[in-house]
Amino acid sequence: MQKQMAIVGVGYSGFSSISPGLSYKELMYEAAVRAYQDAGIDPRQDADGFVTVAEDFHEGTSIFDEYVPDQLGAVMRPVHTVTGDGIHGLIAGALKILSGAMNIVVVEGHSKASNILTLSQVTAYALDPIYNRPLGLNPYSIAGLEMQRFLHQTKNTVEQCARVVVKNRRNALNHPSAGHGSDISLEDVLASERVASPLRKLDIAPHSDGCVVFVLASADAARDLTPQPIWIRGMGWSNGSYSLEQRNWAHADYARQAAQMAYHQAGVEKPHDEIDFAEIDDTFSYKELQHMEALELCGEGEAGRMIDEGATQPGGSLPINVSGGSLGVGNLLEASGLQRVLEVVLQLRGQASARQLKNVETGLAFAWRGLPTASGAALVLSR
Amino acid sequence: MAKIVRELPGLALTPEDISQRKVLSTSWVPKAEYAWDAGIAMGRYLEELRNGRLMGVRHRRCGRTVIPPRIFCEQCFAPMDEWGELPDTGTVNTFSICYVSWDVKRLEVPEIPAVIEIDGTSPRVGILHKLGEVDPQQVKVGMPVKAVWKPAEERNGAITDILYFQPI
Repeated sequence: MQKQMAIVGVGYSGFSSISPGLSYKELMYEAAVRAYQDAGIDPRQDADGFVTVAEDFHEGTSIFDEYVPDQLGAVMRPVHTVTGDGIHGLIAGALKILSGAMNIVVVEGHSKASNILTLSQVTAYALDPIYNRPLGLNPYSIAGLEMQRFLHQTKNTVEQCARVVVKNRRNALNHPSAGHGSDISLEDVLASERVASPLRKLDIAPHSDGCVVFVLASADAARDLTPQPIWIRGMGWSNGSYSLEQRNWAHADYARQAAQMAYHQAGVEKPHDEIDFAEIDDTFSYKELQHMEALELCGEGEAGRMIDEGATQPGGSLPINVSGGSLGVGNLLEASGLQRVLEVVLQLRGQASARQLKNVETGLAFAWRGLPTASGAALVLSR
Repeated sequence: MAKIVRELPGLALTPEDISQRKVLSTSWVPKAEYAWDAGIAMGRYLEELRNGRLMGVRHRRCGRTVIPPRIFCEQCFAPMDEWGELPDTGTVNTFSICYVSWDVKRLEVPEIPAVIEIDGTSPRVGILHKLGEVDPQQVKVGMPVKAVWKPAEERNGAITDILYFQPI
């Protein structure tokens, strides 16, 4: 796609382990005000439609989408909510523009993970009630199973996974809003407590609260609003089988297909050469490596070598998760993908302060929908 | 029994068929617990309920005074932060006489949910609560009412710190 629509406004609030000072509505309001200010729009006059992402079970409220309009300036306006990752919602918003139905669309995603007292049980509730749930297994065991098979088949190692944690936690130290930056060592990760072997505690992204809001615009509207639109060049998404019995445990097929769809639209033929940097799902340490391979940022079994050589460090040939990713910023539930897009936008605008990359033109954001799904969404953005 | 069932041969499924596992099924009790952050607006509203006071917020720009309070105006999207105490009196906007409890049990004494437009709001807006100490047949739209509060020592910063509204 050639410059048909763009991100023209970003706003965010968070990202921290707890956020007792603001209700979820106030968290959304804070991020939305910033996004509208950034885009230079009045939501009551200028926004044609609103898309949000939310899961009722994460919110603790049925039909949660009804609780969305007021704090986004969307009362008595077209609103719809997507149950999926934030990038699914962003794509839904972009399609409204691409269809010609709307010129300016707002996209919102948030996390109040700290308000869910039984998050592990809520995640377990996503398992098949007849085949899987009666076994009473902690849902992290699914990540353990996947990590085991991925490492077995690709010959990547637990040490290389641990290196991802060290990199992303350190990257987060350069991100003032990241909730979980820390200067930890490889030994710290490898000595952290076992959760679902080979997965250890520090291989798991801790949760954060926060909200991200984007303003999307058609090409004409974008050029009117900002001298620095960030163009949506390609978007793709793919949903694998829900079957834990039959899925591909070694490789992230959903990521490969979502990325191929996005690359095709963007005219990207050699991702490793044409993508300057990427913000990709790292809900678990091994997921960053598994997704790198599926997204064709390297060949099969090469992700571990890239982290060993420092290629994915901020100063490397293909920086990955400069923001800190989920391991450093925190797992933001449905907003996780939007945080990845946010970082790509800030980097392409040159607004990433201490962690700003040099000479970046094109970035990739990829979100996985989390346990126990095999679904993901990809976005290629450029200046 | 529906006509079509009478005409068809065979046996009806009974609850015992399931409990005795003649017909197989799986059950699951969800454990979904939440503690929502009240934040700025809800937090102060609940705190003042504990003090036996109803608080509203006035929006200087559009002139509205609303309850329950919020930090933003959903109409013009500007911040709202001029807090003020409102009287605990109002009028009935609408009501219902409800003979079934929230967990679907038949009630001998019906509940009377009502939207109470609180005095001092502009344009008048209300809070959802219940009416009490009133013959259900005597409740009318527009009826003036006043809050009946829990004793101070029993209040804990919740909407139930008001027991109900009664006619005045």
